[in-house]
Amino acid sequence: MSIKVLYFAWVRERVGKAEEQIEPPADVETVGQLMAWLARKGEHYAYAFANPKVIRAAIDRSHARAEARIEGANEIAFFPPMTGG
Amino acid sequence: MTTSIRLQHEPIDIAAEVAKLAGARSDVGAVVTFTGICRSDEDGAAITALTLEYYQGMAEAEIARHVDEARARWPLLGVLVIHRYGRITPGENIVLVATASRHRQAAFAAAEFLMDYLKTRAPFWKQVETADATAWVEAKTADDAAAERWSAPPPRRDAAK
Repeated sequence: MSIKVLYFAWVRERVGKAEEQIEPPADVETVGQLMAWLARKGEHYAYAFANPKVIRAAIDRSHARAEARIEGANEIAFFPPMTGG
Repeated sequence: MTTSIRLQHEPIDIAAEVAKLAGARSDVGAVVTFTGICRSDEDGAAITALTLEYYQGMAEAEIARHVDEARARWPLLGVLVIHRYGRITPGENIVLVATASRHRQAAFAAAEFLMDYLKTRAPFWKQVETADATAWVEAKTADDAAAERWSAPPPRRDAAK
């Protein structure tokens, strides 16, 4: 399964890129598992995802919790808590 | 019902936008506007600018969802949300929320509801620039609490009749 992943704000800065295409293995089923899998991709990822509790996610442009399933997702985004307005 | 949602880098011409919102109709009795402005300090330190990053596509969709929610809760005749992105210097506007209704209560409540949700749910991130560094603004628990109070079931629309 190929998924487009987007990173914003300090998650983007720590990972070192704004987006990429990834192919996680089939046993990565949830947003939380995907963060754990990404954290093992290298030291930049490990730094970005060191504290997954403070990272928010969206699946196909809707907010998603860590336990949300990623099956069928086209686009998943990771970002810090929002500070707009 | 007029709905307008826009993301732009340029400063917001507030007077022109508000005139457009109410101007075309004669049943509007109240327009509430909220303008967010870039302060010259953040957590006690002087800042030279703010830079706003956003998630294109999701930001518009998320604001539209909350405008729909506001329309379902209050009898609105118009809603306008404009949010800026990019580099913004102190004194410039950042965001405009304007709501139009027959009476003031709905317009006040809807504007506050939309701002509380923009703060905590719309995918925007502020970075502050000081004389010698940049830092991402941290989310405030007070903003989460402000958004949370709207999760109680809304009052019935016909309760005041």
